[in-house]
Amino acid sequence: MKKKLTTVPFNGTEEQLRKLDELIESKRGVKGSLMSVLQGAQDIYGYLPIEVQRYIASKLDVSLSEVYGVASFYSQFTFNPKGTYSVSICLGTACYVKGSGAVLEKLKEVLGIEEGEITPDRTFSLEVTRCIGACGLAPVMIINNDVYSKMTPDEVEGIIAKYRI
Amino acid sequence: MEKSAATEMVNIKINGREYAVPSGITILEAARIAGIEIPTLCYLKDINEIGACRICLVEVKGSRSMCAACVYPVSEGMEVFTNTPRVRAARKMNLELLLSIHKKNCLSCIRNTSCELQTLCNEYGVDDEYFSGENREYQLDESTPFIVRDNNKCILCRRCTAACSNLQEIGVIGAEDRGFDTHIGSPFEMKLAETSCVGCGQCVVACPVGALYEKDDTQRVLDAIDDPNKYVVISAAPSVRATIGECFGYPPGTDVEGKMVAAMKRLGFDGVYNLNFAADLTIMEEGTELLHRLENGGKLPLITSCSPGWIKYCEHYFPEFVDNLSTCKSPQQMFGAVIKTYFAEKNGIAPEDIFVVSCIPCTAKKFEIGRDGQSAAGVPDVDAAITTRELARMIKSAGINFRELPDEEFDEPFGIGSGAGAIFGATGGVMEAALRTVAEILLGEKLEKLDFYDVRGTDGIKRATYKIGDRTIRVAAASGTANAKRLLRAIESGEESYEFVEIMCCPGGCVNGGGQPTQPASVRNKLDLPALRASVLYKADSEMDLRRSHENSAVKRVYDEYFGEPGSHRAHEVLHTFYVKRGIY
Repeated sequence: MKKKLTTVPFNGTEEQLRKLDELIESKRGVKGSLMSVLQGAQDIYGYLPIEVQRYIASKLDVSLSEVYGVASFYSQFTFNPKGTYSVSICLGTACYVKGSGAVLEKLKEVLGIEEGEITPDRTFSLEVTRCIGACGLAPVMIINNDVYSKMTPDEVEGIIAKYRI
Repeated sequence: MEKSAATEMVNIKINGREYAVPSGITILEAARIAGIEIPTLCYLKDINEIGACRICLVEVKGSRSMCAACVYPVSEGMEVFTNTPRVRAARKMNLELLLSIHKKNCLSCIRNTSCELQTLCNEYGVDDEYFSGENREYQLDESTPFIVRDNNKCILCRRCTAACSNLQEIGVIGAEDRGFDTHIGSPFEMKLAETSCVGCGQCVVACPVGALYEKDDTQRVLDAIDDPNKYVVISAAPSVRATIGECFGYPPGTDVEGKMVAAMKRLGFDGVYNLNFAADLTIMEEGTELLHRLENGGKLPLITSCSPGWIKYCEHYFPEFVDNLSTCKSPQQMFGAVIKTYFAEKNGIAPEDIFVVSCIPCTAKKFEIGRDGQSAAGVPDVDAAITTRELARMIKSAGINFRELPDEEFDEPFGIGSGAGAIFGATGGVMEAALRTVAEILLGEKLEKLDFYDVRGTDGIKRATYKIGDRTIRVAAASGTANAKRLLRAIESGEESYEFVEIMCCPGGCVNGGGQPTQPASVRNKLDLPALRASVLYKADSEMDLRRSHENSAVKRVYDEYFGEPGSHRAHEVLHTFYVKRGIY
């Protein structure tokens, strides 16, 4: 799956930068440390925006191309932050045959973003998951810790509206 | 194979015959010793040894699966089979798979007949659509004025990224995403123009197929020739005469100056000139600048400014050295500026009615012509910069039989170039040309020996110290941006210091430029192309009577009639420029 680039501006803090510096310092001179630096950086920032990748490239004296090549290869890395509300819809077999595909389409329409993206106001991010083991409730949608069962496309607008302030 | 005492040898069998080969080499290299050429696509000696394309597969006795010959080392008693039915079937299927994701408009492809994939498909009889299915469609990246990327033809061999990252150590392109989405590009889906690509074109000459090529400017040139209101002139850079023969079947290292000139005349240009003249002019200005900086405590080392890829590299990656750069325009730009000022005035032609073409070994020159500070007469000094390859295509499509042409000479008044101008095309050449002139000016007498051997050859960095009169001049010449980086870091840290530094963007200098004829990996991996091509220039220089830039009568005339003396106010207005600090993307 091709990764979506983020549209929201980067707002890293001094504290995050200090942690990243510490991390890079601890890996300095270690061959092949790019992977673990990227993992650590994603723990710190929650995602890997261009600003962070560029910083890592310059500190490790490797090209941005090399950093991006690794970051875009592994599915564990994401280029988009999570929104205040992280919406995920299950596309596992049971949810899918019960019509979660149509729910996903409706979510995209209502939120105005594609899967893997975040709304410009950072309120919602949209993700697709595989089976979450709640097949009896299919199709399942989760927003942060709230679980919504037996979803239909018609319900999407009303549920999302509850989270908009 | 001669046994050498220093190398340990191993005994192996290739296709049933016994050979003793040095231990540690690969099956590919051992086969070459045995006179067998194993086909490759991704392999480029020293910079791309990744065993990715699977075209070089061979059978090794005792091994369950086939081995990639380009990365598999030989060992004692090894038995290799390079041409079994199983090997041929595997190579054929790999070609069929590569072809299935390849845009097959071969007839009009820029690499038709020089494509390594095409050659192999021909050899293995792969000609139909064996696998079909969904394909990615990529947009062309035409964002820069110098390089076009067509990922629809890319076979993911990674030779371009190796040239960018491992050879030049720039790394603005890489393999991105994964699986079926894998493609070569710049990070975060940036266009090449948004990156700090220097435009050297080493990726282009590394590409085995038509996925990378220069932005074609030949149509603009043909249109200008057809326009009765345009006075169209062309000049050929020093190294083009040493390489363009390769496009017409001559072996690398053949001097075809006379035929090249004859071909350009038959294309319909109003004037066919020698860029070596402008190289000599550059030496007058740059030599004067060096003397001036030495005598007046100017910024040192003075660093040459002939190579536009190097200039862009300096501006992006070493902006702190921008003030060290010579303010001299490159020979290409000096030539255009002289045509549109001095020549235009003398002949009563309006500068906007003149169309200046330069044929250069370089893709970065296409960027240079659009820079600020390169319009001495209020219009761009140069209107089109075409590569050696583009000139060859123009000659072919005009139906000119290059090999049958007589030798002809450049037109006056810019036909004369010295031997010093000729060697501009090789690393160390600008340095040597400048030293000849500077030394004779400083000493006030003629040098007995004009050869500065220390700065010749294809080493990445060459260093020398010359005592000229009571003055010591420490010099260094670097070629390839990886070597430039090492040299500049040594200067930055104070480890090394120099008065005069020459830097060329491409390894080996312009003879190995990104606009030069492509050669398949099989040739590139075997021959020292930069050295072979440079030998043409040094031979020409050694055989000439005129070997000093300051003795070039055409150059003298331009100063007498127009500029006064080197470094004059007018010379500064017409022949010098400025640089910007760009930073990394």
